[in-house]
Amino acid sequence: MKPAAFDHQRPETAEALAALLAAGAKPLAGGQSLGPMLNLRLARPDRLAGLAAIPALAGIREEAGIIRIGAAVTHARIEDGDSPVALPPALRQVARGIAYRAVRNRGTIGGSLAHADPAADWITTLTALGAQVVIRDATGGERRAALPGFMPGAYRTALGPAEIIAAVEIPAALREAYWGYHKICRKVGEFADAIGAVALHPATGHVRIVAGATGGAPLLLEGIGADLARTARHPGTGALRLALETALPGADRVRIQLLVTALDRAIAKVVPA
Amino acid sequence: MTSAIGARAPRKEDARHLSGKARFVGDIKVAGTWEAAFVRSPLAHARLGAITKPPGMEAQVFTAEDMPDLAPIRCESTLPSYKVSDYPALARGKVRYVGECIAICIAPTRAEAEDLAEAVIVDLDPLPAVADIDTALAADAPRLHEDWEDNLFLTTRHDGDLSEAKARATVVIERSYETARQAMNPMEGKGVLAEWDHRADQLVVHTSTQVPHLIRTGLSECLGLDQAQVRVIAPDVGGGFGYKCVLQPEELSVAWVARKTGRPVRWTEDRREHLTAGVNTRQHRYRITAYADDDGRLLGLDADIWVDIGAYSVWPFTACLEAAQAGGNLPGPYDLGAYACRTYSVATNKPGFTPYRGVARPGVCFAMELTLDAIARAVGRDPLEVRCLNLVPGAAMPYTNVTGKFYDSGDYPAAARAAAQMIDAEGFAARKAAAAAEGRLIGLGYACFTEQSAHGTKVFAAWGLPLVPGYEQAMVKLTPSGTVEVRSGNHSFGQGLETTLAQVACEWLHLDLAQVRVTMGDTGLTPYSTGAYASRGMVMAGGAVSKASEELARRLRIHGAHLLQCDPAETEIREGAVWKGQASVGFAAIADAWYLHPDRLPEDVDTAGLEVTEGYKPDIDTGLFTYATHAAMVEVDPESGRTEILDYVIFEDCGRRVNPMILDGQSYGGAAQGIGSALFEEALYDAAGQPLTSTLADYILPGPAELPAFRLGHSETLSPYSRHGIKGVGEGAAIAPAGAIVNAINDALAPMGAELTRIPATPHRVLAAILDARAAREAAQ
Ligand SMILES: Cc1cc2nc3c(=O)[nH]c(=O)nc-3n(C[C@H](O)[C@H](O)[C@H](O)COP(=O)(O)OP(=O)(O)OC[C@H]3O[C@@H](n4cnc5c(N)ncnc54)[C@H](O)[C@@H]3O)c2cc1C
Repeated sequence: MKPAAFDHQRPETAEALAALLAAGAKPLAGGQSLGPMLNLRLARPDRLAGLAAIPALAGIREEAGIIRIGAAVTHARIEDGDSPVALPPALRQVARGIAYRAVRNRGTIGGSLAHADPAADWITTLTALGAQVVIRDATGGERRAALPGFMPGAYRTALGPAEIIAAVEIPAALREAYWGYHKICRKVGEFADAIGAVALHPATGHVRIVAGATGGAPLLLEGIGADLARTARHPGTGALRLALETALPGADRVRIQLLVTALDRAIAKVVPA
Repeated sequence: MTSAIGARAPRKEDARHLSGKARFVGDIKVAGTWEAAFVRSPLAHARLGAITKPPGMEAQVFTAEDMPDLAPIRCESTLPSYKVSDYPALARGKVRYVGECIAICIAPTRAEAEDLAEAVIVDLDPLPAVADIDTALAADAPRLHEDWEDNLFLTTRHDGDLSEAKARATVVIERSYETARQAMNPMEGKGVLAEWDHRADQLVVHTSTQVPHLIRTGLSECLGLDQAQVRVIAPDVGGGFGYKCVLQPEELSVAWVARKTGRPVRWTEDRREHLTAGVNTRQHRYRITAYADDDGRLLGLDADIWVDIGAYSVWPFTACLEAAQAGGNLPGPYDLGAYACRTYSVATNKPGFTPYRGVARPGVCFAMELTLDAIARAVGRDPLEVRCLNLVPGAAMPYTNVTGKFYDSGDYPAAARAAAQMIDAEGFAARKAAAAAEGRLIGLGYACFTEQSAHGTKVFAAWGLPLVPGYEQAMVKLTPSGTVEVRSGNHSFGQGLETTLAQVACEWLHLDLAQVRVTMGDTGLTPYSTGAYASRGMVMAGGAVSKASEELARRLRIHGAHLLQCDPAETEIREGAVWKGQASVGFAAIADAWYLHPDRLPEDVDTAGLEVTEGYKPDIDTGLFTYATHAAMVEVDPESGRTEILDYVIFEDCGRRVNPMILDGQSYGGAAQGIGSALFEEALYDAAGQPLTSTLADYILPGPAELPAFRLGHSETLSPYSRHGIKGVGEGAAIAPAGAIVNAINDALAPMGAELTRIPATPHRVLAAILDARAAREAAQ
């Protein structure tokens, strides 16, 4: 399990990085997903461009009501609240449940989104928080992709060639959101078998209920969310099951059951059953 | 005396392990070593065509064609109906499982060797795969081994007469059970470094093994070398559990290449190779009919047992030890009147099979203990009472059971009751009701077993194995500085034998542990031993060290008496010296006299000196039977299918505890592996024989957070048949967790009408059982 030979560069500026990417280099962030793929020779890039040495990608700041988290910020920094601006408690709580500390020390929020594993935590969490993904192209131009949308399916993203994730943006008001998250996994540190995420912020009217680890992109349950906003009542497992069975036709009954449970428990943290 | 038998002495080996200074095969540096990588089959069953080596690199790539002088691994057995499979180190003619070695590539680094392996082109003509037992046994099934008339390595039968049991039975329980295929996952995988030593004119093979002397025998047979031309050194070994008690095809290829090229060569198994190509274990299937009366007294048992062996037999434990042991051990610790059982060792297109910690008993214990709970539910009695009714009572000891096993000593019902008391079985009903009132499901489950340990010559001869262990040898000597050196051909790969063998020597020689050095694992330095398996190390090597130490003590007293000018009968050994009254002469002075100042000794001195080799086996070959009851209390979350272990107790009797702390560690580790079997571990294959669990992301092992704080209790019934009353204990704790935990799950699920009969009891299986039961209930309404 040794990777095929590759060249590894560590650019220190966004411009140097852009040049490498334009020449076909693959970004390397924490290496916690790419590393195993290299070792298994499932990914065989000739050249890797490390992101860790570019200061701009590792910053966290708040501007005009938006918290902007650089793509190369690690799960561990978020867990520790190691940030010049207060992070939403939801983020710290989710970070703590990703993998093991050794993985969190290196794995990054941008790497996780770019990898787009359906069972990963950030993609579901950030969908529930209505985050925007800031995408930068080789010329330094930026565009934004909303969640959901950024991830059309398993291991697929809206990133074009030579584009990278520069940051994610979250409305600062959601610091005060009611937050419910429930991850079902086989053991501590494993990827999820089912995730339920709920973000509720009455002042801005933000309501999102998301099922994660569905096998594909996170599933935004808009009808259930709208009902919850209207009634402020737990929808009950029957309604959740129906919504999931409709949205995920052909899904195995055990997967549906796990998703119902994850959503049920996430919602119960926000509104009593 | 804090260093003798019974002391909770800290382990001598821990300092180097805890400071990262241990020396595994991967740590050994031999100048000029190249690394090896294997080309492995991507198909489970195929005809092997041309193999094309990368142009210009032919001298670094070797196939079976290059090795006409390397004999295949061939494991004979004298059992009737046994069929032999030739297992070549590199595939010949056909491949029979994904991961089978086809070529070995060597290069200065492993990465370059893997580059080379990728560039080798192999023509394979696919054949239909036999990926499971049903496919293998179908009338028109493709044959794995063309010269066989079916896909069965062996069938065995116990033909007890069940007619009376059937006539008297008022309760008949029928069940089918399945246990998953597993990979053993020692922390260190296999590893081998071979070099030719011209000075010694020897092939020196450093390999991660439990059985260095056996590997020497196997290597020399396959390579056609005299055993004296092969030296096997097992350095620090990072776990074995049975995985490393067999001759490995990679050991053969690496040794052959090192000899051929004159270059030291190393291969290190990586986790993916372990999970896809390494030998597997545990996969059983049962069909059981139990006959009982209204009290839950077992009258008879009728069983069919299938074991999914994979493609080839391992050497030397054969493809059949597992099924033979399953058939022989299914009755477990119970007094059973009538027993009939047929076993089938089935060949499939998967990696081969080795006995793993517990050997067959985790499967039979699971099947038997679930059956006992089913009986208890059928007759409406407490499962503990049904067990105690059926367990062999202490008054019946020694006891020969229905399959001829000779239970040497103990009180099995007492252990069951002690475990029940530890887990507060009496208070459980109230606890369960309180939980139910909160909508929580909790359950209590038991599993009882015996662990046949250190079984010897006659037993192995009856299994028809090519290896039959006899007297275990050990050497104990006084060094010129008056300390003691112990040498054993057994090996320690985590069991703490460096400490416990030293403790046995201290029992006779009354030294500090630091003054006793234990050397193991090197065929050049130690007397022949068949090695570490079958929970035999402490009994066999411990017995041999005890016998040799006793003799050394006797000789020390003779020399000491001469120096003290008294009669040996007037002396005793204490604190590293020979004493007569207040006068003493230290071991150092005795050593000095023997080695450097023989003028101080009499003319007629015993010329045997201060170096003693003795051979030992217990008074009986049938083994010493350790026994235990495990009890588990679990909570099952019916919405997520998750099982949480709330409490776990083990009450065990393994005779004399040489080092109770090390024993506790063995129990924790074994039980952790048993919990892996019960709840997590499963090596899955698809219908084409492709492995689906090729990384630790898919093959789930329990971690610290998934394990309970085990609580242990002990009694010490000394075996009348072994030195110091010791019984083996290395495997035991891995045997019962699946039975205890799944019984507890079924107890919790009983109100929902759901019952699990298959491990691991994953959340998926628990939920499926609940959903099935719910659907059945709704259909019935
Ligand atoms: C044992 C283990 C357990 C884990 N458990 C979990 C878990 O429970 N939950 C969970 O969510 N995750 C889990 N992970 C994954 C972990 O969170 C990874 O850190 C994450 O998926 C990838 O982040 P990374 O920074 O390591 O990215 P890398 O591995 O460096 O890169 C991953 C991919 O993204 C690309 N990439 C990286 N950064 C960018 C960027 N800024 N722009 C564009 N492309 C980029 C790379 O080219 C690569 O294709 C686990 C990982 C391991 C090893």
